[in-house]
Amino acid sequence: MHGRVKVKTTAQQEEEKRKEREKKLKIYVAARDACFSKRKEGVCDDEALQLTQQLLSSNPDFATLWNYRREILMHLETVKDPDEMQKIYEAELSFLEACLKVNPKSYGSWHHRGWVSARLPRPDWARELSLCDRCLSLDDRNFHCWDYRRMVVKVSGVPVDQELEFSDRLIGSNFSNYSSWHYRSTLLPVLHPQTRQEPPHASSPRGPQSHRVCEEQLLKEYELVQNAFFTDPNDQSAWFYYRWLLGRAEREETISCVYVSREDERVAVAFSRPINARCVGLLLVLDGQPLRVEWRSVHPRFRHSPVLICDLPPGTINDVTNEHNLTVHWTGNHTHRDCALYTGRVESWCRDTATDQELFRSELSVEKTSVLQSELQSVKQLQELEPLNKWCLLTIILLMRALDPLGYEKETLAHFQTLKEVDSMRSEYYSDLCCKFMIENTILKMEYAEVRVFSITDRNLTSLCHLDQLLLVTHINLSSNRLQRLPPQFAMLQCLEVLEADNNFLENLEGVYHLPRLQEVSLKNNKISTLTDLQPLASCPELKRLDLRGNPVTQAASVESDLAELLPSVTDLLL
Amino acid sequence: MAAEDLPSEFDVVILGTGLAESVVAAACSRVGQRVLHLDRRSYYAANWASFTFNALLTWIQEQQEGPQPEQGKDWSSLLNDGEELIHLSNPDLDSITNIQVLSYASEEDEEVPDTAKEETSANSQLEAESTGSREEESAEAEEESAEAEATNTKGEEPEVDQSHPGASSGPSEPTRKKISYAQLLKEGRRFNIDLVSKLLFSRGSLVDLLIRSNVSRYTEFKNVTRILTYRHGNLQQVPCSRADVFASRQLSVVEKRKLMRFLTSCIEETEMDQAYSSQPYSKYLQDQQLGENLQHFLLHSIAMVTEDTPTEAGLASTRHFLRSLGRYGNSPFLFPVYGLGEIPQCFCRMSAVFGGIYCLRHSVSCLIVDKDANRCKAVIDSRGQRISCSHFVVEDGYLGSRSSVTTPTRLLSRAILITDSSVLPSDSEQQVSMVTIPPGEVCQSAVKMVELCSSTMTCMPGTYLVHLTCQSVGSAFEDLSQLVTKMFQTPESQEPGGRPSVLWSLYFNMADGSVPGVEGQGLPSNVHVCSGPEGSLDHEHSIKQAELIFQRILPDEEFCPPAPNPEDIIYDGESPTPSAEEDSVKEAGQQEESGGDLKEAGQQEESGGDLNPQLDQ
Repeated sequence: MHGRVKVKTTAQQEEEKRKEREKKLKIYVAARDACFSKRKEGVCDDEALQLTQQLLSSNPDFATLWNYRREILMHLETVKDPDEMQKIYEAELSFLEACLKVNPKSYGSWHHRGWVSARLPRPDWARELSLCDRCLSLDDRNFHCWDYRRMVVKVSGVPVDQELEFSDRLIGSNFSNYSSWHYRSTLLPVLHPQTRQEPPHASSPRGPQSHRVCEEQLLKEYELVQNAFFTDPNDQSAWFYYRWLLGRAEREETISCVYVSREDERVAVAFSRPINARCVGLLLVLDGQPLRVEWRSVHPRFRHSPVLICDLPPGTINDVTNEHNLTVHWTGNHTHRDCALYTGRVESWCRDTATDQELFRSELSVEKTSVLQSELQSVKQLQELEPLNKWCLLTIILLMRALDPLGYEKETLAHFQTLKEVDSMRSEYYSDLCCKFMIENTILKMEYAEVRVFSITDRNLTSLCHLDQLLLVTHINLSSNRLQRLPPQFAMLQCLEVLEADNNFLENLEGVYHLPRLQEVSLKNNKISTLTDLQPLASCPELKRLDLRGNPVTQAASVESDLAELLPSVTDLLL
Repeated sequence: MAAEDLPSEFDVVILGTGLAESVVAAACSRVGQRVLHLDRRSYYAANWASFTFNALLTWIQEQQEGPQPEQGKDWSSLLNDGEELIHLSNPDLDSITNIQVLSYASEEDEEVPDTAKEETSANSQLEAESTGSREEESAEAEEESAEAEATNTKGEEPEVDQSHPGASSGPSEPTRKKISYAQLLKEGRRFNIDLVSKLLFSRGSLVDLLIRSNVSRYTEFKNVTRILTYRHGNLQQVPCSRADVFASRQLSVVEKRKLMRFLTSCIEETEMDQAYSSQPYSKYLQDQQLGENLQHFLLHSIAMVTEDTPTEAGLASTRHFLRSLGRYGNSPFLFPVYGLGEIPQCFCRMSAVFGGIYCLRHSVSCLIVDKDANRCKAVIDSRGQRISCSHFVVEDGYLGSRSSVTTPTRLLSRAILITDSSVLPSDSEQQVSMVTIPPGEVCQSAVKMVELCSSTMTCMPGTYLVHLTCQSVGSAFEDLSQLVTKMFQTPESQEPGGRPSVLWSLYFNMADGSVPGVEGQGLPSNVHVCSGPEGSLDHEHSIKQAELIFQRILPDEEFCPPAPNPEDIIYDGESPTPSAEEDSVKEAGQQEESGGDLKEAGQQEESGGDLNPQLDQ
């Protein structure tokens, strides 16, 4: 057809493009080689600056060239006066802007910019800040730019409230932005710290509250973040920020329990967090005299453990007619705990009366109950609208636990059931979390009943946790669950006498290790298949009775004699 | 080009440079058709045009004076056997009526704020009422004189002696220097005042066409920044995007959830409940447990339909709105920088790049029709040259009385205001606002209002350009002045308040182009009629019409395929036309070539690069 515009064919275009590329490559390689040889010769001249500039502007991720460039600039600093350097560095900044346009996420460019800004004789931080504004408005998730911004803010002392407003703006334009929410969490405690005059809760631990925000501001934040998750309940960033808001300070580091056994001549100390036995700086004072003892964790697998034990020199406390006073000093933390072992007693302990708040609410707020209650109400409101939203369900569970873990137990379990159904990919995660909560509840019940018996049966338990809280337990019943192992942490049950764990899937008993008082073990209907699996039991000197009925290991040929050899103390063996 | 004769043979002759005509021109040139594109007027884009302030005043004057008398020449000497003539007429005869200008800006450069002047207001209102029914009578012969009477302002100069005591209560910011009429004239070139008021849906057919055809490289766009609605006498921001909903202070968190859920389900196109197939959309919304607030937003501002629109149509409009959201920003609309008149010109430019020939102030007097075949063989231009063509595309206005014989003309009421501040002040002075005023709130019909700020390059800094559009009930002034008085500060305003003052206003009625087409009304089969602008906010009507016409002309050709990059075009000795034409049209199309804004907006979009057609597929 006449008159039609003729357009180059694809092959023709391809060929032209290929030639173009070849030409570019040739120039690039030549320039690169020139740079390398110059650097080798230690040349720091203007030509080298130009060559590296030429290369970096097309490929800003060439780290070696940036390094060379810095070498040249540092050399120039020694020969030029500050005014000249100011000019050179300013030119460097504009060059970097061009590089950032090529690749706004180039590590090399951002790093070099930070380097140049720091060396600039008269830095223009306002300009750097506006560069960050611009980059973040184009891509509010560019973490290179976020990093650079934090550096600029820190160095130039941008007021915190100004930065908070900035995060307001970014969240306003798109609240699916972890960086902005996170930025808020670092700014708010600085701008609106929790006032010391009004302690947030009676049972709140003493000590610094540096990560907390004052209540008035917290309420505003709750409102803001609620707007976000009501608008889009499937967006995780707002939920995570909400969790942070509801969270409270780290638990204070304390000695939570000191236990002393006259018979074993052993002291066990429980801490609020796992600590390293070697470098913790513990001092044991017995009747006013410091004692040299060796602290160790309960199981060789751990260097860090929340329970440490030590054996006293033989004969120090074994006379029941003597009364002894022990003090454990935690020198690093300036805390200590006393424990008195009275005449005629075989053991003694000293610890805080465990309340639910102290034990397990550490993950959630210590805010006033009324605040939490109203938060629970609004999240429940959302759940009515979105009954299958996992974030919403999970948050309800956490709030309920913070408010009244035992009172809400039934509802919590029902929500867990729903969670496992709507988010089946994470059903095991929810199972473990549910276990944790059930164990916490059982511990609470035990504490309230003031007994040393821990029983949690037929609850589909998949894992054990908080075992440090069971230091004083003498009887434990874990029957009819879905446990596969008794983990090394199990060795923290230093007072355990009777272990029942029938009808589980146990195949690993690693944690039944050096339990000095353990006498009876019942492991009916588990998956123990070899003698090696039973090896840890050999470390328990008092073991008398062992029930292994219904385990594969009982099918082995010479099991009885092998066991007698392995566990000579056992007198009552059921196979 | 004026003195030279045009070539005497073309494939397609197009008369009128409105949107549909220009798109047809671009599409035909693009596939190699020889196109002659003419317009009788001295400017591009017909009733789609944008004018500087001064050019608009000239346009008003021309409209009021009526068209130049035409010499009824006898062209029969140019006829061959078996041919007859169809005479064309002047396009401006019917399309614009009831022009009324009210100027409130002080004449001199003064700082005293309370001397707002008004021109012939009492007088003009009276006349406006009496002229309401005039256009029917004037349909036939005496168009010219009727037109002159219907327009009742004498000129643009404000009459100083009629100062209004009502305005003495003063506007909100007495310190602010008032912009005088002289300043408006002096800065008149900064205005680009559109005769029609429309927006581009980000996923509408016009944006698609601009991208697909690469015409987008000739223009830039700005996002409409907010959607407002007028409710219970107050302006409210309509939360339509996720960010808006999040930030809204009017909605409770539960309302936010309900709104978001409704919007999400709309986009997902879940099957509509059959129970609502015969029910109005408003009933459907009522039953979605959405509060009154939300129902209002959804019906009037998002779907932009009426109470009795069927559910299916309502849902479709809602979906269209939502799909356009977020493509280039937090609102679904784009507005072309320098005004809507740019768009037809961009297509003309594309046509010229591919060899189309352009003449303004040049018309077609008659069509030569082969009686037997009932086809248009050629046209006679206004200089008396016979130009043969295979197809003739024409703006309906040129057909004059022919187009309004069967259907009574429907009209749009338009008001254009230059104001001194935004209807809803906010942190940023550079807001582009789309405002919906539901029917019955102030006016009988639903009013669409677009407020443009100076960064759209349509008004001078310190002013806002406000466009109001509705279906006519009476004259434009009758339909819209009450709303203007309520929302803005004019001497007629009852109570003072922090409302923006109107510096200058223009009311007029324009023929509604959505009137069913005129094909088959005794016109030859190869004559294709394009209608003028209609009242809807989008451009769907004209783009569909253009595509339809193109398919009738060239059923086997692709409609506006991507234009190749200039460097990929081979220029050989035989066809040097493209480059030469490109230069000439560059002058016509005033602005520099740049697709910068649109490209940048495209980068922000998550899916990325939609404006780049190669990536789009």
